[in-house]
Amino acid sequence: MNPVLKLLAEGGNLSTAQMAQVAGLSQAEIERHLEQLRQDKVFLGWRAVLDLSREASAAVRAVIEVKITPERGGGFNRLADRISRFDEVESCYLMSGGYDLLIFVAGPSLQKVASFVSERLSTIEGVLSTSTHFMLRSYKEGGYLIGAPAEPTGRLKVAP
Amino acid sequence: MNDPKRYIARHVVDLPKSGIRDFFEIVAKMSDVISLGIGEPDFDTPWHIREAAIYALERGKTHYTSNLGLIELRRAISAYVAKHYQLAYRPESDVIVTVGVSEAIDLALRALVDPGDKVLFHEPCYVSYHPSVTLAHGQAIGVTTRAQDGFALNAEDIARAWEPGCKVLMMNLPCNPTGGTCDRERLEKIAKFAVEKDLIVLSDEIYSELVYEGGHVSIATFPGMKERTLFLHGFSKAFAMTGFRIGYACGPAELVEAMMKVHQYSMLCAPILAQEAALEALLRGEDDVLRMREQYQRRRDLIVRRLNEAGLACHLPRGAFYAFPSIAATGLSERDFAYGLLEAEKVAVVPGAAFGPSGRGFVRASFATGYTQLTEACDRIERYVQGLAAKRR
Repeated sequence: MNPVLKLLAEGGNLSTAQMAQVAGLSQAEIERHLEQLRQDKVFLGWRAVLDLSREASAAVRAVIEVKITPERGGGFNRLADRISRFDEVESCYLMSGGYDLLIFVAGPSLQKVASFVSERLSTIEGVLSTSTHFMLRSYKEGGYLIGAPAEPTGRLKVAP
Repeated sequence: MNDPKRYIARHVVDLPKSGIRDFFEIVAKMSDVISLGIGEPDFDTPWHIREAAIYALERGKTHYTSNLGLIELRRAISAYVAKHYQLAYRPESDVIVTVGVSEAIDLALRALVDPGDKVLFHEPCYVSYHPSVTLAHGQAIGVTTRAQDGFALNAEDIARAWEPGCKVLMMNLPCNPTGGTCDRERLEKIAKFAVEKDLIVLSDEIYSELVYEGGHVSIATFPGMKERTLFLHGFSKAFAMTGFRIGYACGPAELVEAMMKVHQYSMLCAPILAQEAALEALLRGEDDVLRMREQYQRRRDLIVRRLNEAGLACHLPRGAFYAFPSIAATGLSERDFAYGLLEAEKVAVVPGAAFGPSGRGFVRASFATGYTQLTEACDRIERYVQGLAAKRR
């Protein structure tokens, strides 16, 4: 496995300088590996993990179950791609089970998200039905616990 | 005349305070210290193990257990030891669950040692070895290990230290503080010597999951050894469960029975919640061990490389999570080095002499610390060592 990919997948939050030390490579080599991953479309980009619940301008987020009609030749892909291209859509997955696509959307207000669903998403040809669930509260985001007090673990400073 | 100290038993008065203690007092008062002085994992106990302890509490698991420990846990221990160490112990009679390996060592020594019996142990070693022998009224005899061997234990050195009256050989491989281990050939010679001199071996294998090259072999697997070895192990290091305080001893039923007598009248049993957590660790925790070991190995490679680059000669420890570099090149004693580093750069390492006379000229730097702290600590150590070199010029 690409050593940089391994470090990234672990979510260790390291700078490239730190990655260089951990992997025992030069910083230039780390950059080269990163560039390779980017070219291979494995590494898609950086994005901060945020808890915006305390921010007044916090986004409204929803999960939407979407049933669509598969197409001859392309299956679900063409419609999934088309839906994914909306800025409101943060993630989009093809699912097994009772519906086809699960999409995560975000918008500045409940109305904006609702209108995205009613006016844009559900009117796309091939979309059979949608079921929207608004998120009320986040407890864990991208591997980070939210709200749980970060108590010091009380590890002694020196121990035998 | 009214000095309460006069009540204290002679052998306790004479015990030296742990060499880490006074250093710890200083570090504890300082803020912003990066500590490489901690002999425990930085990982919290995996959540499923903690959750099992909570669940046990909810189910009302608040009673004494058998003196030997929960039978389900002993069965799991027996299976784990068979799988990873190729040693067969019967859960009903050959296994006892203790309050950390520390208690297992204490029980073993108290069960085996008559006043004046001699106990061989290799040093530098864990701080409690020598005092444990003294507390059991035995006489501790140190066997030197050396940096040029990667602090492996040599049968020749044991033979040199041996004298009439030696009954017990205590071993800790991989070793805290040196990370030293023994290859099969070395162990075979030690086993032969133990058989020849009719020694009983206390083999503390607490770091045995954390071996990075070559795998781990228990001395108990060699011919004639199982009947003269107490295999001591626990959950603190590999499963990151130090605060749960669960260890165990496996060995011949007669010896486990003798240890159980001491345990029964002193500790009664290990805490049940911690035993339940330990059971969960054995049933579903092996992936956690591998995940943490991988991290330790990478950190080891990092710190050993950086220490050597900084001019502190450091062997590559094959096991445990400690680097044990020589600070001889700085011209300082290990104590002056550690205090100087703490004062100048706020990095805590432990002076090697705290672990025995052969630790002079070395310091112990634990790499059970996250990457950010570790790389920062390495930068600071490098700066400190360069500063010392500049001063000498």
